[in-house]
Amino acid sequence: MSENGREAIRVEHVAKSFGAVTALVDVSMHLKQGEVLGLIGDNGAGKSTLVKILSGYIRPDRGKIFVNGEEVSIRTVDQARALGIDTVYQDLALVPTLSVYHNMFLKREEVRGWGPFRWLNNREMRARARRAIDDIGIGTLRSVESEVATLSGGQRQAIAIARSVHTGASILLLDEPLAAMGAKEGEIIIDLIRDLKAQGKSMIVVAHNFIHIVAVCDRVNLLQHGRITFDKLTKETSADELTEIVAAEYRASRRASAAR
Amino acid sequence: MALEGSQATAAAERRAGLGWRVARAFVQRREASILVIAAGLFAYFGLSYSAFPTHDAIQTMGDFAAPVALITAGEVMLLICGEIDLAVGRVFALSPIIMYLASAPAPDGAGLPIWIGALFGLLTALAVGLVNGFITTVLRVPAFITTLGMLFFLNGINLKATNSFQVLTPGTHAFNVVTGEYVPHLLFNAEFYWAVGAVIVVQFILTRTRWGLHTIATGGNPVGAAEAGVDIRMIKIGNFMLANLLAGFAGILDSVRITSILPLQGGPDIMFQAVAAAVIGGTALLGGAGTVVGGFIGVAVLAILNIGFTIAGVSALYFDLIIGLAILASMIANVQVARLKNLGRLQ
Repeated sequence: MSENGREAIRVEHVAKSFGAVTALVDVSMHLKQGEVLGLIGDNGAGKSTLVKILSGYIRPDRGKIFVNGEEVSIRTVDQARALGIDTVYQDLALVPTLSVYHNMFLKREEVRGWGPFRWLNNREMRARARRAIDDIGIGTLRSVESEVATLSGGQRQAIAIARSVHTGASILLLDEPLAAMGAKEGEIIIDLIRDLKAQGKSMIVVAHNFIHIVAVCDRVNLLQHGRITFDKLTKETSADELTEIVAAEYRASRRASAAR
Repeated sequence: MALEGSQATAAAERRAGLGWRVARAFVQRREASILVIAAGLFAYFGLSYSAFPTHDAIQTMGDFAAPVALITAGEVMLLICGEIDLAVGRVFALSPIIMYLASAPAPDGAGLPIWIGALFGLLTALAVGLVNGFITTVLRVPAFITTLGMLFFLNGINLKATNSFQVLTPGTHAFNVVTGEYVPHLLFNAEFYWAVGAVIVVQFILTRTRWGLHTIATGGNPVGAAEAGVDIRMIKIGNFMLANLLAGFAGILDSVRITSILPLQGGPDIMFQAVAAAVIGGTALLGGAGTVVGGFIGVAVLAILNIGFTIAGVSALYFDLIIGLAILASMIANVQVARLKNLGRLQ
C-alpha cells in the first residue's frame, strides 16, 4: 500500500459506531507526506470522529491505520503524539482556569527532580511557551501567565495551534481551525497553514468554507454518511464545484425524506 | 491575532481606579480576602472577650481545626477535579475502628502491633476511596449519589463492627505521642502539626506537580483535558483515594487525642464542615479552581467562629446561621468572579 513510503497516514476500512449511531461506515483515505488535505462534509458526516480516531482520543471498531508506512494501533493520545501526530480539536481542548503556558504543556509538562519526586519546571515552560507563540507569528498575547478564561476566541485558537506545533509534530490534524475566526483572523490562520506546509508538515484540515479549502489545500476529500465519496486535487476542482456537490447531496436527502 | 481583546482589556485597565484594582487583587488571591476575614474575626473576639486569646482557647481551636483541616485538604482536591465525597466523615470513624479490631488485645481485637493496626485503618480508607472512584468514573454514577450510598453503608459497618459501643483507643506511648497526644510546652497537639504538614504537602501537589495540574484540568474542562491526553478517570480515582486516606488518618489521630473510638464520630457534620471550609476558602464547587491553603484558612474561620461563639455564650443556632451566610457569600463571589473573567474584565 505504502510501498513508496511517502504516505504520512493511510486509513483502510475504518468503521466506528456510537451505540445505534454509525459515525463511520467504511472509510479509506490517505495523506501524503508534506500534503495539506482538506476534509469536507455535512454536519454529522463523521469528520470529527475520523480526526479523533487518528488523534488517539477514540478507538475505531475495525479497520487499519498506517503511519509513515507502518501499521499502527493508536490507543491513546500519548501514542498518537509519539507517532508525531498532534491535533487541534474543534473545541480547542483548553482549560480556562489554567495559564496559557500550562495549557501549552498539558500532559507534556517539563519537570525536575528525582524518581517519583518530580515537580513542574515552570520557568522552562514559560520561556518555551513564549518562544513558541512568538515563533508562529501570531499573537499579541501580553503574558503566557494569563488564564485562558481571559483570552479572546482568536487568541485561544492561536494558543491551541501553537500547542500542537511547538513540540515538533510532523502530522497535524486541524478540526475546524477557522470556525471561530473573523475574516482577518482566518487569513492569519491560512498563512500559518502555508508556513507549516513550507516546513514540511503533513496536515488534514477540516473546514466548512470551501474558498479557504481551495486556497490552502492540495487535495480535497468529501465525507458523506460515513464514507469518502470524493477525492480530487484542488487544482482540478473549485469552490463552486464543491458547493454544488454538497448542495446536490442536500437536495437528494430532502427529496428522499419528502418521499418517505 | 485578536488584538482587539487585549487592547480592550488594557483600556479598561487604564480607566480602572484604585478601588477596582484593590478589588481585583482580592478576587485574584482568594486566600488573601479570606485571611483578612479570619484575622478580623480573631481580633473581634480577642478584643471583646478576655477568655478568647488564651492558651486554652487557642488550643481548643487547634483541636477543632486539625481533623477538619485534614479532611478539607482532600475534599479541595476532589472538588477541584469536579467530584465530591460525602462519606469521608464515615471513613473518619471507620479507620480507627479497623485499627481497634486489628490491635486491641484479644478477644476484642487481633492483638497486632498498633502501627500495623493503624496501617490497616489507612489501607481500608484507601480502599473506600478506590471503590467510590470506581463507581463514579467507571460505572458513571454521580459522586453525590455514590458517596451518599457509601455514607449510609459505612455507618452500618461502623455500628455493626462496634455493636454501637464506644471503645478505648488502643496504643503505646510512642504511638500516642506521634499521633495525637498533648505534648507539654507545645501549644497544639500532634494532630494539628500533622494537619499543617498535610496542607503544605497537598498544596505543593496541587500547584507544583503534574498531578495537581491534571487535577485542575480535569475539573476545568474534562473533555478538553481528555483530548489533551489526561487520564481523567485515574485523576479522579486517585483524588478519591487521597481524600479518604486523609479522612482515615484524621480519624486515627483524633481517636488517640480523645482516647476513645466512637462509631458515630465525625459523620456528615465533619464532612459538611470540610466542604464549607473549602468553599469559603475559594474552591469552586463546579471544579477547576481552588487552593488547599484557602481551605485551611476557611477551617480557621470555622474554628474561630465556633470557639468564639462558645466563649461569647451565643447559641449554636447562630453558628450555623453565620456559616450558611458565609457559604452563600463565597459561592456568589466565586461564580461572579468566573463570569467577569469570561467577560474579559478581570485578568
